[in-house]
Amino acid sequence: MKIATTDTMNDTAPKYAIRTSRLNLWYGAFQALFDVDLNIDNGRITSLIGPSGCGKSTFLRSVNRINERLDYVRIEGAIDVMDKNIYDPDVELMQVRKQVGMVFQRPNPLPISIRDNILFGHSLHNKGKNASRADREEIVESSLKQVLLWDKIKDRLNQKGTELSLEEQQKLCIARLLPVKPSVLLMDEPCSALDPKGTAAVEELIWELRGEYTILIVTHNMAQARRASEACIFMLMGKVVEHQATEDLFVTPEEKETADYIEGRYG
Amino acid sequence: MFAESSLNVRNKRIQNLFRILFLIMTILLIIPVVAILATLIAKGGSIISIDFLFTHPTNGMTAGGIFPALLGTVWIVAVALLASVPLGVAAAIYLNEYAGDNWFTRIIQLAIINLAGVPSIVHALFGVGAFVIFFGFGTSILAAGLTLAIMTLPVVIVSTRESLRAVPQAFREACWNMGATRWQTIRRVVLPNAVSGILTGVILEVSRTAGETAPIMFTGAVFFLPFLPQGVFDQTMALSLHLFVIATQVPGVPENLPFGVALVLIAMVLLMNSISIAFRMYLRGKKKW
Ligand SMILES: Nc1ncnc2c1ncn2[C@@H]1O[C@H](COP(=O)(O)OP(=O)(O)OP(=O)(O)O)[C@@H](O)[C@H]1O
Ligand SMILES: [Mg+2]
Repeated sequence: MKIATTDTMNDTAPKYAIRTSRLNLWYGAFQALFDVDLNIDNGRITSLIGPSGCGKSTFLRSVNRINERLDYVRIEGAIDVMDKNIYDPDVELMQVRKQVGMVFQRPNPLPISIRDNILFGHSLHNKGKNASRADREEIVESSLKQVLLWDKIKDRLNQKGTELSLEEQQKLCIARLLPVKPSVLLMDEPCSALDPKGTAAVEELIWELRGEYTILIVTHNMAQARRASEACIFMLMGKVVEHQATEDLFVTPEEKETADYIEGRYG
Repeated sequence: MFAESSLNVRNKRIQNLFRILFLIMTILLIIPVVAILATLIAKGGSIISIDFLFTHPTNGMTAGGIFPALLGTVWIVAVALLASVPLGVAAAIYLNEYAGDNWFTRIIQLAIINLAGVPSIVHALFGVGAFVIFFGFGTSILAAGLTLAIMTLPVVIVSTRESLRAVPQAFREACWNMGATRWQTIRRVVLPNAVSGILTGVILEVSRTAGETAPIMFTGAVFFLPFLPQGVFDQTMALSLHLFVIATQVPGVPENLPFGVALVLIAMVLLMNSISIAFRMYLRGKKKW
């Protein structure tokens, strides 16, 4: 394992949570990603923007290897998560999924109680050493507190997760990832099904999680990328065009395409 | 500005015409059902009693009850259920949750569709060859039940797949993305949400075979037995065959007897159908997504 040498971090934490080198991806004969080289900072929020169909979701889905479910997907290159290539043969898929959590556009809580939703991932990865009842309650409480939901729903943990409001569902979907202690959270347009108030609330939550998790968030909302991320990646037609600190990318973009896009000259 | 134009009038008239046409078709459709039930009740209702259900036939099957036949049908349907449910459900789970779309699964699909189209008399002959002779079960409840099971397998698979498909894909994705294996996903999320539909569906499909005659008359059901079956390797009487026999083969049967048997058979199937439909409606009302 390589040891990062940045002085702002302790010695064991890698500088980059996700590193890709020459990542190419094909859906059958169609190439969706071209030579993607990215170094995504550990512990920061990075937003991923670009026009529809440029490969944002494809990239995200490669980072937790969910793309492999489709047998016509072919991948070349490497993706390191916390300095380990997740496509190495000795890598266990379930451990990748544990390290890399994913939040979807449409909130998808399971049709079980709020409590069981939170404990679901935990129970998958902790068979055998069954946590005591008190431990489990503790996990539920701390996860819900982290997503700023605890005070609101602590009295109805037995209610079904699917009965919450969309905003609460989305927060629950984030909360249920936390008990297995992931290092990376992938979010694919996590606010696009929410109203402005819900969007603001979820954005606030994502901002709260900064530092503890590396967050990679896809968004079509320029204002959101600008408000809620520290670094920003602009993609176009399957290629990375620019990767900068968010402020720089929006104020002084280096590439003409980036400027055109953030000024609204693309779809 | 908002007054009715002649085109509006014409469109409305056509619209009404079709509405009435479809209504008439619908009414025509239920006439046979009502007519059958009414005839059976009118002609056979008088014979129905507790005694009729629970005593043996007497006087060369021209009098007495139908207990051995009723019990035999229950036996055979139970065996069919026990055999076809595990097999059909497992196959449906494999096809829906594990198998991709490739030549292998497409061949299986094709086989299932074709199996559903095989006439029941052919299943009967298959049952004789396979269960009675090859496996050596003889003409028995077991052979008859298994023959019925093979016959209903395609519909059991189709109805189970439907219930599995009704579970939103988003639930599966949520599980996979948290690192659940396929089996964990199936056991903890897919099955709990599909099980009510699966069970009611298969009960419905299998109970419908209670009225089948051809597949069981060569494999396990007999015209008359003076005693009750003691196990699955015994032969048995069955309602459907009993009805056929007293309606066509035995002289001097009073008119209300075959109608009474038919009424019991229909009531049995309808009862199981309504239970499973009511159960399904109840569970569906409770779901929320
Ligand atoms: N499962 C798939 N099979 C085949 N092609 C796909 C598949 N998923 C995506 N694609 C193609 O890959 C390209 C990138 O798609 P992707 O969903 O990653 O884009 P995106 O940037 O997330 O777009 P959006 O902003 O609309 O979500 C598109 O051209 C799309 O048509
Ligand atoms: Mg997308």
